[in-house]
Amino acid sequence: MSQFVNIFLIPGVLLMIFILISLFRLILGPTVPDRVVALDTINTLVIAGMILFGAAFDSIIYIDVAIVYALLSYIATLYIAKYMERRTKDK
Amino acid sequence: MFIILSILLIIGIFFNGLGSIGLMRFPDVYTRLHAATKCTTFGSIFTSISVIVFGFYFWKVSGDSKYGVLALHTIVALACLIITNPTGAHAIARAAHRSGVMPKQAVIDDLKEADLE
Repeated sequence: MSQFVNIFLIPGVLLMIFILISLFRLILGPTVPDRVVALDTINTLVIAGMILFGAAFDSIIYIDVAIVYALLSYIATLYIAKYMERRTKDK
Repeated sequence: MFIILSILLIIGIFFNGLGSIGLMRFPDVYTRLHAATKCTTFGSIFTSISVIVFGFYFWKVSGDSKYGVLALHTIVALACLIITNPTGAHAIARAAHRSGVMPKQAVIDDLKEADLE
């Protein structure tokens, strides 16, 4: 069992490094849609990381958190997109 | 078993890394969206499939139904991810085009001539 914990732990840590790379785009993105794209990428990577860590630490509750996080981040993305569209229509 | 899990995880991590590197390398919003969304969705599918294979294999070997529950919940999370991710990308691209962000080196823009309300 202990060898399987290690095999899921290392890709999880690599995903955290990719989140860090995407965070640079979130900080220095020139326009607003650039930052939204970076946020969407970070959300997907966080969901994949939650699934991997849930398998690494043998706890099913992490996977349930990942399901809820996927649906809520989808709603947040749609709301931000709707807000950008509406703000430009008023101008 | 160890080899199958390693291959699935390496494919998934490789494509996730390509997605986040493409986010840094590409010049404008639409190419970044193209790279990031497709690559991270594909990579997340493969890392989740490795967890599903792990869960079903240990369910069969040890007879503990905890691993079966792990695999089934991962399938639900994967279905949510596959359905919601391209829809969110479509919404972002549509909002970016409507808020006036043009692609760099755009050759032709068919949406500009279309009558948007």
